[in-house]
Amino acid sequence: MGIIIQKRALIPKRVTEMTVKAPVIASKARPGNFVVMRLHMKGERIPLTIADADPEKGHIVIVYLVMGKTTALLDTMNEGDAILDICGPLGRPTRIEKKGTVACVGGGTGIAALHHIAKGNFQVGNKVVSVIGARSKDLLLFKPELEKISHQVLVSTDDGSLGHKGLVTEVLKEYLERDPEVKEGIGVGPVPMMRAVAEVAQPFGIRTLVSLNSIMVDGIGMCGSCRVNVGGEIRFACVEGPEFEASQVDFDELMMRLQAFRSQEKKSMELFEKKELL
Amino acid sequence: MQKKTRTRISPRVSMPMRDAVERGRMFSEVALGYSQEQAVAEAGRCLQCKKPTCIKGCPVDVDCKSFIRMVARKDLKGAFAKIKETNSLPAICGRVCPQENQCEKTCKLRPTGQPIAIGRLERFVADNYYARTSCEEETGGEACSVVDESRKVAAIGSGPSSLTLAGYLAANGVKVSVFEALHSPGGVLLYGIPEFRLPKSVVQREIDSLKNLQVDFLCNYVGGMSVTLPELFQQGYKAVFLGVGAGLPRFMKLPGESLIGVYSANEYLTRVNLMYGYKFPEYDTPVPPGKNVVVIGGGNVAMDAARTALRLGAERVRVVYRRTKGEMPARQEELEHALEEGIELEILSSPLSFHGDDQGVLNKVVLQRMELGKPDESGRRKPEPIEGDTFSLETDLAIMAVGTGANMVLTQTTPELKLNQRNYIWADPETGETSMNMVFAGGDIVTGAATVVEAMGAGRRAAREILRRLEG
Ligand SMILES: Cc1cc2nc3c(=O)[nH]c(=O)nc-3n(C[C@H](O)[C@H](O)[C@H](O)COP(=O)(O)OP(=O)(O)OC[C@H]3O[C@@H](n4cnc5c(N)ncnc54)[C@H](O)[C@@H]3O)c2cc1C
Ligand SMILES: Cc1cc2nc3c(=O)[nH]c(=O)nc-3n(C[C@H](O)[C@H](O)[C@H](O)COP(=O)(O)OP(=O)(O)OC[C@H]3O[C@@H](n4cnc5c(N)ncnc54)[C@H](O)[C@@H]3O)c2cc1C
Ligand code: SF4
Ligand code: FES
Repeated sequence: MGIIIQKRALIPKRVTEMTVKAPVIASKARPGNFVVMRLHMKGERIPLTIADADPEKGHIVIVYLVMGKTTALLDTMNEGDAILDICGPLGRPTRIEKKGTVACVGGGTGIAALHHIAKGNFQVGNKVVSVIGARSKDLLLFKPELEKISHQVLVSTDDGSLGHKGLVTEVLKEYLERDPEVKEGIGVGPVPMMRAVAEVAQPFGIRTLVSLNSIMVDGIGMCGSCRVNVGGEIRFACVEGPEFEASQVDFDELMMRLQAFRSQEKKSMELFEKKELL
Repeated sequence: MQKKTRTRISPRVSMPMRDAVERGRMFSEVALGYSQEQAVAEAGRCLQCKKPTCIKGCPVDVDCKSFIRMVARKDLKGAFAKIKETNSLPAICGRVCPQENQCEKTCKLRPTGQPIAIGRLERFVADNYYARTSCEEETGGEACSVVDESRKVAAIGSGPSSLTLAGYLAANGVKVSVFEALHSPGGVLLYGIPEFRLPKSVVQREIDSLKNLQVDFLCNYVGGMSVTLPELFQQGYKAVFLGVGAGLPRFMKLPGESLIGVYSANEYLTRVNLMYGYKFPEYDTPVPPGKNVVVIGGGNVAMDAARTALRLGAERVRVVYRRTKGEMPARQEELEHALEEGIELEILSSPLSFHGDDQGVLNKVVLQRMELGKPDESGRRKPEPIEGDTFSLETDLAIMAVGTGANMVLTQTTPELKLNQRNYIWADPETGETSMNMVFAGGDIVTGAATVVEAMGAGRRAAREILRRLEG
């Protein structure tokens, strides 16, 4: 069980940050890890990245985008409410070593997940260049938080309301051309963005990771729902990932598999909105 | 001689079943169990052999002869205590053990084709005289020793191996904490074996009775992630048992295997059993619909997936197996039940590729016809492809039940654990101890996918050894 300590709307009705009491998970959480949670007895299990952890206070932070039934239900919960089940940390943590300059690329809600990874890199003494993008200035998350742990924060918005007008990967490309010292790239965000990160980084020959968000059930390697195609091999994102070498990932397959339950998800959300479901 | 025996021996009392057509659409348990009258009649057939051979067939040494005698005398309390002396999960074993290869195989009456229905009797005893609170009945002996909080043992995973270990140790006054990664305990008994074969209430009852012995269940704890083995020892646990199972589903690396509509049996069954997906949308987890279902494999898992699909409204369910019916590893009773319910077999065939529409949704599987060649290492004749003989089946749901591998979460975070060639945890066959001192392992994570009762046997062996060490 995890009590919600603090709830903060980052983008009202769209993206929310929650601080949850989960001492065991907080003491173990490393950048790149995620949790699987179930909100109520009839609920499904959904994975969410650990955006930050405070082992002393026993708190973890999650940031979610309201997508469908479960995240919408989560968004009705408030400080003091309890999340029924919260399991973690899960997934292989990001391999963080001192290696020089690291480009951390985030899009949309992915920026929150990226935060923990950027922080880990900053703490081991790497030079962190955060490259983040959103549709517009109001939808850009975690910029102040990233500024505290980055040597540089580069911004793009689709509408040009802040920073570069255009895609985050355009900013990345330009930066990589300017700075030959970048040793590693990591991209977290929507699938098309991660695919673009892979394409942009490839010619520069730097190791680039992306964090894959395939559909999960157990999160401990027992169902294969999360399987992704990496370098022609079947890999389980929950136990072998979620981070994989970007150039090896079959993004088309990932996009396709994310649609597997679309009609049921829609039905569930409709019933929820009509208040016919908890 | 044979003939004479046959005329003297009355046939086995058959077990009441739900009607195959009716049950094929529902999740209620298929086999209804003996009434007292039927059980006493069946027990009365037992010869009470001077040198009983049934006991040798049981991996956990249940004294079949004695408990059957007690059933015949209607002493069900005594019978329950007798079984519980060596088997802590009788209600489950009575339902899912392959008795035809165990006690009923070694029963002296086997040559007549009518061995004593030991499994059904075991189930009858457990269901009817289940001990809920009394420690005496729990252990089958005298009152348990008081649980000594300073003698703590941790079990990781909550399948039958860990549950058995917990029961044995707790009855001997050891404090056991069971750490389970999922949100509820039970392992495969919960997420794999369906309700119609093993009602969840039966599993829950066994777990509740362990709780009465002060066994703690800590769910949502991932061994190796939430807590590591060295940390458990630091927290005062004197020994750790690893019963994390072999749940990693295998795929065949075929073209199209990642299409929408191709699932592992584990995913399919987990969505239905653990997550109650068959009650979607009341429950949130969706289950892939399938009207024309193909299940690949020939074991219990394949049968469970096939029968589940039928209950979820499939019009046609075909089980594709590369050898023949006689070689199917499924429990005989399950295969028979499946066929009665209308599951079809497509033997001597193996999938080559899956095909879908432009949205990536499965609509066809192409299969290779096989024939049986020379016997392989397992002694079974090896299936070989018949060159050029392929065919295809239309399908909207394909379920892969082609085996599982070792769960990797724990082993990948605990490099000190020695593995065997097949990536399972190495454990001393006598004691169950792994390459790490006072860390024991058993069940599917050591042997690879096997049976409930073998996992229990391993739990019991490890428990005995742990107790010896704690006391010695
Ligand atoms: C490792 C990992 C980390 C993630 N971290 C975050 C995060 O930090 N913040 C965040 O907002 N989202 C994150 N996600 C995605 C998040 O899990 C889904 O958005 C969520 O499950 C949607 O559930 P829903 O019921 O609200 O929406 P639904 O309407 O059920 O689904 C909307 C879409 O979400 C995806 N989805 C649905 N169920 C699952 C599931 N069980 N597992 C994964 N994806 C699913 C599907 O693509 C689906 O089409 C992460 C996913 C993974 C795999
Ligand atoms: C569908 C199906 C049908 C079957 N039918 C039969 C049958 O009819 N008869 C029969 O005898 N056998 C049957 N079997 C096989 C039998 O269920 C298994 O052999 C048996 O359950 C193995 O028990 P176990 O104790 O090794 O662990 P499992 O039952 O595999 O349980 C392992 C548990 O450990 C948990 N776990 C894994 N990793 C961790 C971790 N790191 N930390 C914490 N917990 C963890 C898992 O979540 C799981 O709950 C069937 C199996 C399946 C899948
Ligand atoms: S071997 Fe068969 S007949 Fe003999 S005691 Fe055992 S169950 Fe009875
Ligand atoms: S989520 Fe089940 S194997 Fe990864």
